[in-house]
Amino acid sequence: MLQLKNITWSIPDGDEIIKGIDLNLDEGKLIVVTGPNGGGKTSLAKLIAGIETISSGNIIFDGEDITNLDITERAKCGIAFAFQQPVRFKGLTVRDLLELASDEPLSHTEACNLLGRVGLCANNYLNRELNASLSGGEIKRIEIASVLARKAKLSIFDEPEAGIDLWSFSKLVETFEDLRKQQSGTLLVISHQERILSIADKIVVIADGKVRSAGPREEILPSLLKDEMFKFCPMGKEESK
Amino acid sequence: MNDMTKQLLSMISDFDEKFEGAFNIREDSGCAGRQSSANIKITDKKDLPGIEIHIKPGTKGEKVYIPACVTHGDVNDLVYNDFYVGEDADVVIVAGCGVHSDSHAEARHNGIHRFFLEKNAKVLYEEKHIGTGNGKGEKNIDPVTDIFLADDAVMEMDTVQLGGVDKSLRKTSAKLGARAKLIVRERIMTDGEEYAKTDFDVSMDGEDSSVDLISRSVAKGHSYQEFLSTLNGKNRCSGHSECDAILVDNGTVNAAPALEASHVDAALIHEAAIGKIAGEQILKLRSLGLTEEEAQDRIIQGFLK
Repeated sequence: MLQLKNITWSIPDGDEIIKGIDLNLDEGKLIVVTGPNGGGKTSLAKLIAGIETISSGNIIFDGEDITNLDITERAKCGIAFAFQQPVRFKGLTVRDLLELASDEPLSHTEACNLLGRVGLCANNYLNRELNASLSGGEIKRIEIASVLARKAKLSIFDEPEAGIDLWSFSKLVETFEDLRKQQSGTLLVISHQERILSIADKIVVIADGKVRSAGPREEILPSLLKDEMFKFCPMGKEESK
Repeated sequence: MNDMTKQLLSMISDFDEKFEGAFNIREDSGCAGRQSSANIKITDKKDLPGIEIHIKPGTKGEKVYIPACVTHGDVNDLVYNDFYVGEDADVVIVAGCGVHSDSHAEARHNGIHRFFLEKNAKVLYEEKHIGTGNGKGEKNIDPVTDIFLADDAVMEMDTVQLGGVDKSLRKTSAKLGARAKLIVRERIMTDGEEYAKTDFDVSMDGEDSSVDLISRSVAKGHSYQEFLSTLNGKNRCSGHSECDAILVDNGTVNAAPALEASHVDAALIHEAAIGKIAGEQILKLRSLGLTEEEAQDRIIQGFLK
């Protein structure tokens, strides 16, 4: 349902961050993208969502070439994105955000279900402003709930575990598993967490702007756990010579 | 009452052909309707244009409407309204002003309101201002509000300037007794060449008095806004003043919050933040399917809510 065809992306000063990635993501699957920090995972996710524009290559979504579509148009096509560092809004409430995301008014029960999936109680949060009164973990979970509210064909989560407590993280893992079981669209999760890696259908390892390996979890995960990732960093390469 | 007054009333209050309870409707410097209730008595002022509103001690849950409308150019309305709120009363006062001009002549309303809240009285004061009409004559609203809070009295001011007002000078002063509390929520949007200035001067005279003043404004086009606030802590007290402003296009905001403490246990804080809408906020809403323009409008709408 998503094909990346030899995509590249360079930042304005000329450094190439994404160096020719080819990737196919199947419908209804949970794909986890992992790899060393600074390897290009978040950049790749932003290129798919239209937050950044690729330098070359093509992005095909549901058979349609969306390479030239902007972030709004891609959202309307069915791509949702949970930011790694969610933004705060003075004046917008949690309910406002969820209703903007779902594009319709939500009943209390619907809002309760959405927030419950990320371990939050609607009674305590629905009318709260998305301002500095919310902790980093709370705003992160609300960000994830806003993407769940989209019911998108492709939902992208950029390090959803960052800043979330242990109990909420467990809830989140359950939610990802449920979504996969229900085949509620495709999930693309950028993560370093073993618990998330261990529920993936497919794992993609990205380092230095390239796909280093990709395949079924059973095939990729054992090598990751054996610290073979180390060879993807420059120091590791030197030592493995 | 003329049709323009009815239109303006529906924009600045919950007017629906009539008001329930006590009210006084001011139209082009005259009275277009008045009603007192058993607990709220409205009478003409003897020495100046305007009215006195007397709210009996212990009055609970009543609303009184005191709107003013200027429905055409060449009106310069000046009114003095005094509100006397009895001990233990708990009421809502809905004021507000609509100014309309389709001509080249100025339409102006200058309302000078004084509030005297007795011990333990509580007032929610709602005030919406709007300017309408296509005339080149300026539509100006200059409210002056003087507040006197006795011990344990609480006043909450909820003021909104919706738009279309060419020039607005708002001046608010308050003196607080012991444990008295003043809460101010102000929202202003200006566009084009409009100018708005707000000036708060709050004196916390009584022990454990407090003020919480939050002003949010949006300056679009080439409009200019000034925000001045001075919190004076003269006793053990707490004061918080916050000015948040969003700039759009070539709008300008000048915020100058000031604190003056003359008591060692006065705790005063001010915050001011001015800037354009953060790009990340626009991106987030665009990732939910909104266009850039829709995202900006939604952020401003929420900010001024």
